[in-house]
Amino acid sequence: MRAVITVVGKDMVGILAGVSGVCAREGVNVLEVTQSILQEFFAMIMLVDISKLEMPLTALQAKLAEANPGMTIHVMHEDIFNSMHRI
Amino acid sequence: MLNISDILETITMIQEENLDIRTTTMGISLLDCADSDIKKSAQKVYDKICRKAGKLVETGEAIEAKYGIPIINKRVSVTPIAMLAGVSGGDPVEYALALDRAAKTIGVNFIGGYSALVQKGFAPGDEALIRSIPRALAETNFVCSSVNIGSTKAGINMDAVRTMGKVVREAAELTADRQCIGAAKLVVFCNAPEDNPFMAGAFHGVGEPDCVINVGVSGPGVVRAALAKAGKDKNLNEIADIIKRTAFKITRMGQLVGSEASQALGVPFGIVDLSLAPTPAVGDSVAYILEEIGLETCGGCGTTAALAMLNDAVKKGGVMASSNVGGLSGAFIPVSEDAGMIAAAESGALRLEKLEAMTAVCSVGLDMIVLPGDTPADVISGLIADEAAIGMVNSKTTAVRVIPAIGRKAGEFLEFGGLLGRGPVMDINMGSPAVMIARGGRIPAPLQSLKN
Repeated sequence: MRAVITVVGKDMVGILAGVSGVCAREGVNVLEVTQSILQEFFAMIMLVDISKLEMPLTALQAKLAEANPGMTIHVMHEDIFNSMHRI
Repeated sequence: MLNISDILETITMIQEENLDIRTTTMGISLLDCADSDIKKSAQKVYDKICRKAGKLVETGEAIEAKYGIPIINKRVSVTPIAMLAGVSGGDPVEYALALDRAAKTIGVNFIGGYSALVQKGFAPGDEALIRSIPRALAETNFVCSSVNIGSTKAGINMDAVRTMGKVVREAAELTADRQCIGAAKLVVFCNAPEDNPFMAGAFHGVGEPDCVINVGVSGPGVVRAALAKAGKDKNLNEIADIIKRTAFKITRMGQLVGSEASQALGVPFGIVDLSLAPTPAVGDSVAYILEEIGLETCGGCGTTAALAMLNDAVKKGGVMASSNVGGLSGAFIPVSEDAGMIAAAESGALRLEKLEAMTAVCSVGLDMIVLPGDTPADVISGLIADEAAIGMVNSKTTAVRVIPAIGRKAGEFLEFGGLLGRGPVMDINMGSPAVMIARGGRIPAPLQSLKN
């Protein structure tokens, strides 16, 4: 089971640490990270393994949002992107 | 790894362009609930719905949480109740109350199937059910009703058309203190599909399995945004292509959610209905798509052509994205549920006659249109007959869901709230078809052969 975490917001120090810290505590293994900065906006996409996660994705999303105030964070199952963009 | 722009596109569609799954509807056959004692029969209906659909809402919410895509409605459709009423006799409203209780217990927001299929004539139970519709809709909150009065194969049952004109009016009159909401839950069909997941016209056809999951997708906002991004210099081939590509992506969501729900509930997956269903939310409007294609306002000349292209492109894009497509599949044009349609109707740019023409090239028909309160039943019957004729001749589904605004006239509004929105009272030609309607009988089925 894999999920995609997206983080968008104003660039600042410690975003990656803030997000991956929560992942580590909840047993979520980070598989891949892509990030870019468009003007002053930070956009990061993380592919993570959630097979050891013991809470629903919405709860993980809430924890991530709490730990990273000011950032827009979404956690969604990988399949939604696969089914929409791949035939 | 997934492409970063694809991921951001999906999130933008959901967050900003109102992409959602409009409905997951569980179809349940009630044929095994029929009993000659109406009390027992109604109890069996209640029990079966609660047993089959008890986890529907919970499952839907789990899927929403997993994929981050909203599923707006969870609903149930059942076997046309007229069939059960035919076996049991008695007052069919008993069934409506049982359906309403079941809907409340399992937490769905509508339950469809207080229906009768009378395109060729009335069987036992049909007439009693049809006459009870206004009361059933006034006494329940969640029950939706539909009556099929015509088909390409059978013609149009004009006796039923005459009755339905009266029933529509009475449904509005009995709920006049609640914005005439009764009539908003009643659809009169020609060529009704048996697997439609959308309310108010959903029912579970007799050719369907015992239990099935059907999904209706949405996404007018996504199509509009894609067209806005394309700019004004693209030709119509390119515009049709953009619509197709967008419809494909939208439908893939429906396919994913449907197969997931079917697996979780242990119920076969029926169909994805490819309809572009608007909501009153700003930006989630079919009228705005037409305006984005290049009309000053929806309702002007060019509207029918633009809608025909939109409707066709949505189907072409969606068909490949899903294993089974069915239901109504096309673009919906419910006036009160579409911000752009409301604006166009209010300004006078969109008239009833134009809407009727539009229904010849898109899904469904005259939908959620508010009529003056003094519209006679005969005129409503005439309107139903016109719309049914379009469906019958063109071998397509058409429907009429009009709401006579009791005590109000053109220019005033009915406010339904929620997904049903708000509708301006529209002018209707009051020339009386009374003599034709009083004739009754049947309009024979049209010739569909000799095509050489």
